[in-house]
Amino acid sequence: MEERSRLCSVWLGSETGILKGVSLDRKQAFNFCNTRTLSREQEVRALCWGDPAESELLLGCLDGTVRTFSTEKGVFTEARSCGDPQEGCFSGLASLRGSAVITCVECGKLRVWREDSSRPVAELDAGSSVCRMRQSPVDPNRVATGGKENGLKIWDLERPEKPVFTAKNLRDDWLDLRRPHWVRDMAFIPESDKVVTCTGYHQVHVFDPSSPRRRPVLEAEFGEYPLTALSLPAAGHTVVVGNTQGQLALLDLRKGLVRGVLKGLSGGVRALQCHASQPLVASCGLDRFLRIHSLEDRKLQHKVYLKSRLNCLLLASRELQGGGAAEGGAEQEVKEEEEDEVWDSMERVEEAAMKRKPGGGEEVKKKKKKAGD
Amino acid sequence: MDITEVPTNQSSKGKKKKNKKSVKAKTKVENMEVEKESSAVEKKPEPAATFPPTFSVSEIKNKQRRHLMFMKFKQEKRKQKLQLRKKKRKEREALGDKAPPKEVPKTIENQRVFDETTVDPEDEEVAFDEGTDEFSAYFNGLTNPKVLITTSDRPRGRTMKFCEQLATVIPNAHVYYRRGLALKRIIPQCVARNFTYMMVINEDRQVPNGLVLCHLPDGPTAHFKVSSVRLRKEMKRRGKDPTEHYPEVILNNFSTRLGHSIGRLFAALFPQNPQFVGRQVATFHNQRDFIFFRFHRYIFKNEKKVGIQELGPRFTLKLRSLQKGTFDSKYGEYEWVLKRHEMDACRRKFQL
Repeated sequence: MEERSRLCSVWLGSETGILKGVSLDRKQAFNFCNTRTLSREQEVRALCWGDPAESELLLGCLDGTVRTFSTEKGVFTEARSCGDPQEGCFSGLASLRGSAVITCVECGKLRVWREDSSRPVAELDAGSSVCRMRQSPVDPNRVATGGKENGLKIWDLERPEKPVFTAKNLRDDWLDLRRPHWVRDMAFIPESDKVVTCTGYHQVHVFDPSSPRRRPVLEAEFGEYPLTALSLPAAGHTVVVGNTQGQLALLDLRKGLVRGVLKGLSGGVRALQCHASQPLVASCGLDRFLRIHSLEDRKLQHKVYLKSRLNCLLLASRELQGGGAAEGGAEQEVKEEEEDEVWDSMERVEEAAMKRKPGGGEEVKKKKKKAGD
Repeated sequence: MDITEVPTNQSSKGKKKKNKKSVKAKTKVENMEVEKESSAVEKKPEPAATFPPTFSVSEIKNKQRRHLMFMKFKQEKRKQKLQLRKKKRKEREALGDKAPPKEVPKTIENQRVFDETTVDPEDEEVAFDEGTDEFSAYFNGLTNPKVLITTSDRPRGRTMKFCEQLATVIPNAHVYYRRGLALKRIIPQCVARNFTYMMVINEDRQVPNGLVLCHLPDGPTAHFKVSSVRLRKEMKRRGKDPTEHYPEVILNNFSTRLGHSIGRLFAALFPQNPQFVGRQVATFHNQRDFIFFRFHRYIFKNEKKVGIQELGPRFTLKLRSLQKGTFDSKYGEYEWVLKRHEMDACRRKFQL
């Protein structure tokens, strides 16, 4: 178990209550659960890292418990009850300064839990039917919530009485009708105060709390179906969004235009995450596949079948591939040797056939690259 | 002009001859030779129109001559093929028992691209997933199917007849007139009245072309394209009208994970304990992602022999989408959507 869990670089929570780890190096997927005690009650709805070193995972289950999984040991170390299952399932989970945990349930109760006590330290009400709660990567005390008929709210957990920012609904339309509101997912844009949200009415909004404007400063639309998840790539100015029909697109945040579409999905997207440093985006959803696309050429890099519908996804911040440095080195050596062989064999060929030399060499390289993948 | 006309006449003659006596090859070959000479005569005065070393039929400008030459070319090819086959058969006969086994013909089905979602019957996780899904109540014998069949608004004759005939195939099915009601409003009423399925047949220009199959109370919903509907009246050699007995259900070739879900969806339409006295059988046969529906009756001739008699109707379904939850095409989450030109780019890749 230990070895397996250390290898994994992608973690997924499934609808059947199984925590799944995928190692892209080895092209293997592992289930971390007891197969005898499977139940839908343990459906994983939220997933986050328990500590900055990424040695602990926190899982928010359907029955209102938060379980801790140690990636070093490969076992579940702890389970504690955080709220009532009647209040709806978790819509967000985050860790705060090591041991404290922030949970948010669908009915809007946002709570902060310390490790030792069974009572929440702080509690605030974020309104009804909250679809998602996210924590700012820069300031862990800053969280954003939003849901159906419940606009974006940004909270400072030091001062939980009033939200720091509340979004205003869009202006009435040209028929003077109220526009409905449905925030499905949000993300904090690093190096600025801005927050980007996606809605159930296929819009992407950018809010700027530093400006006096409470309505979105940018609105973009994609497709015709509800957008369910979004993620910000490491290289700025873009956002990746996914909808219920499995359409994944890269939108530009400067003008709100579609930059490209990522193909290959067949079912609705439940979670999306971009890698912290590499230009990669991982998506999972109802079609039971984990797919990893490159953001540079928008090609599908990996596709892993994981047998259950997947709810949430978490990437390790280290490189997804080539984790074992020794292995990579050995492989490169082999590559060089084989290339030498190729060149040796080339030199015997007559002048007329020399034209083909570079092409042939490249082909071999490509093949090697594929094998390395 | 004279010169050009002559060969056409000849060729037409040759054609007639060929039509009359296609077996007599000798005379024809002679004819051809004559024609060839004539064509040579024809071509000689023109300096540019010399034949290239690789002669192809399509280069002949005269349509009738080209046709003739092409027919001849084809016939020769066919003759060669037949000869080759004869030779092979003779060889096989000569070898007798030691003959190599016959080659299996390549078909799209047996060249199918491997699908990683193909269900392994021993897989615990998939078994658990299927054991606790929305159909588990039916498969555990807790619920009995009760089906509501309705149509799109203002159905015309053929669609109504199709509905009625479906209701005779599926036990405990009730046909209702749509009355312009919204599906999202019908669903809670159906749930309140213990219906387990809602089936909506869509029609376009009096032809049934779509089927929405919604499992109640909590999904999933499948959307199919319906084609080649043949009603009972249009069927040749059909049997007498079906009886009230519960039919046996056969599901063929639903091998992938998605296929399993669809198979379970169809299985849950019929009561679980078939009454074999009725000798009726409903078949859902999947081939190349098309689902063929047939309804038969067994005819037992003696202890060993059995025949079947088709009762109808017959139709073909193709899955368009599978949605989680009850019907909600706008805000529902789709488990699988057919993406044309993206999914069917490979002819040997199948989804079900």
